[in-house]
Amino acid sequence: MLRITCPHCGERDYTEYRYGGDATKTRPAHGSGDRDAWYAYVFEFDNPLGAHREYWQHVQGCRQWIVLERDTATNAVGRSWLARDGEPR
Amino acid sequence: MRFLSRYSALSLARRALTAARWSRAWRAAEPRAAYDVIVIGGGGHGLATAYYLAGRHGIRRVAVLERSYIGSGNAGRNTTLVRSNYQLDGNTQFFEHSLKLWEGLSHELNYNVMLSQRGQLVLAHGPGQFDVLARKGNIMRLNGIDAQLMDRAEVGRLLPFLDYSASCRFPIYGGLFQPRAGTARHDAVVWGYARAADRLGVDIIENCEVGAILREGDAVVGVETNRGRILAGRTAICVAGHSSRLAAMVGLRLPVESHLLQAFVTEPIKPFLDHVVSFGAELFYISQSDRGGMVFGGHIDGFNSYTQRGQLAKARTVAECAVALIPAMSRLRILRHWAGIQDMTPDGSPFIGRAPLRNLYLNAGWCYQGFKATPATGWCLAHTIAHDEEHPLIRHLSLDRLREANGYDEYGLGLKTYRQ
Ligand SMILES: Cc1cc2nc3c(=O)[nH]c(=O)nc-3n(C[C@H](O)[C@H](O)[C@H](O)COP(=O)(O)OP(=O)(O)OC[C@H]3O[C@@H](n4cnc5c(N)ncnc54)[C@H](O)[C@@H]3O)c2cc1C
Ligand SMILES: [Zn+2]
Repeated sequence: MLRITCPHCGERDYTEYRYGGDATKTRPAHGSGDRDAWYAYVFEFDNPLGAHREYWQHVQGCRQWIVLERDTATNAVGRSWLARDGEPR
Repeated sequence: MRFLSRYSALSLARRALTAARWSRAWRAAEPRAAYDVIVIGGGGHGLATAYYLAGRHGIRRVAVLERSYIGSGNAGRNTTLVRSNYQLDGNTQFFEHSLKLWEGLSHELNYNVMLSQRGQLVLAHGPGQFDVLARKGNIMRLNGIDAQLMDRAEVGRLLPFLDYSASCRFPIYGGLFQPRAGTARHDAVVWGYARAADRLGVDIIENCEVGAILREGDAVVGVETNRGRILAGRTAICVAGHSSRLAAMVGLRLPVESHLLQAFVTEPIKPFLDHVVSFGAELFYISQSDRGGMVFGGHIDGFNSYTQRGQLAKARTVAECAVALIPAMSRLRILRHWAGIQDMTPDGSPFIGRAPLRNLYLNAGWCYQGFKATPATGWCLAHTIAHDEEHPLIRHLSLDRLREANGYDEYGLGLKTYRQ
């Protein structure tokens, strides 16, 4: 079972969370009319084999969105942090 | 002599009574320096494409490059459902074309693909859902496709062992039955296309992994593999869960994410479930294999992964669905479960056609539905490659449809790969 560490609640089964997709994409500026940028943001994926950074929401816990590092080739997890805080230094 | 190497009652009798041995079903071909067409990926789609290129379009200098053994991907891991109950215009016709090809396939390939048109019943658990199925059935019938709407009593006569109790969480309200739907033997489909393509001169090259795609300006001219460089007039990508990786070799990002879908099989029991049944309260479908095992599957695991090892939590969900639908299932033990890497798109529909580079063709994003599509994909992709123009049946499945806000979300699930 994939286990994800929530900064508030500790290590939990992934089934307590909701998946939120690739966290490395940059949202175009509010009101941007650049259709290509929106298309890339919404619909295209790097979909890498290996290191991946993704959003999960702890819906059955504190309900916070977190960012998780995971290897898509093995599902081994790395660091995780609160999405609103940004990557820890 | 060619007629003796055909499979027939005569060739069977001859080998039963004499010392004659069966020859290899396809040659172990060595890669040549160049081909007219290279198809990357030896799953059902790649092999069918090669077969129709050679058989229908007369393009016989074709190679199928498979990094492992043919059928080692999703073609050999799926739950083998074949049906044409689709409601969006374009999909309806495409999948019906595929089902018609299935109906003649064993004969055409001279290989028994064990098509079993046992019928599929999709259940509704309330009047709203029943109306949706009625609409879908009407669309099918207007397109000349068989569909029968059934009320609760009719479902009860067809499948007396479902849960009809008063305490049932999702009471059965009715369903939509497609009598011509069913299952086929997945490995036989791969082997049948491979053998038939081989006989038309196609080289099937296993253990040949494409590591780079060669370009000259805006045109693709061949591939680099672990067995050397192979040049090609045209190149097609049919690698299912690995589509993004192949596309990245030419700098393309696709609207695709790779997710795991699991399948499960129980210990074998006597014939019990004569049809394919799809639950309406959750993504769950079940059939019984010829060997007797109950074969079932559910939703993707829900996050992108290339591990081919599913999460145990899904085993629990599908087991709950199985017992909710068929209480007698609680006595059965699951023997095996496995996972395949599925190429998921935001709208749940695939794309087939010319890629943004010359002489490159893309076929990907098949989500849950690529097995039933195998013959029609091969048919349409071969046409597209031969004419350098999309076959009319796949024009709605273009790579840039999401850019034009023309998503093909057959089930209205929302434009997220992991929701489809
Ligand atoms: C558990 C499960 C159940 C399913 N159930 C159904 C079902 O009931 N009905 C249905 O219609 N569909 C079903 N599907 C979907 C269906 O199996 C797929 O959509 C379909 O098989 C994909 O096409 P394919 O057969 O060509 O893919 P694959 O068999 O996956 O073929 C792709 C091939 O490309 C090869 N490859 C990858 N990278 C390279 C490279 N670099 N070089 C060379 N070769 C490479 C792979 O090794 C693989 O053999 C299911 C899928 C899964 C996983
Ligand atoms: Zn938490």
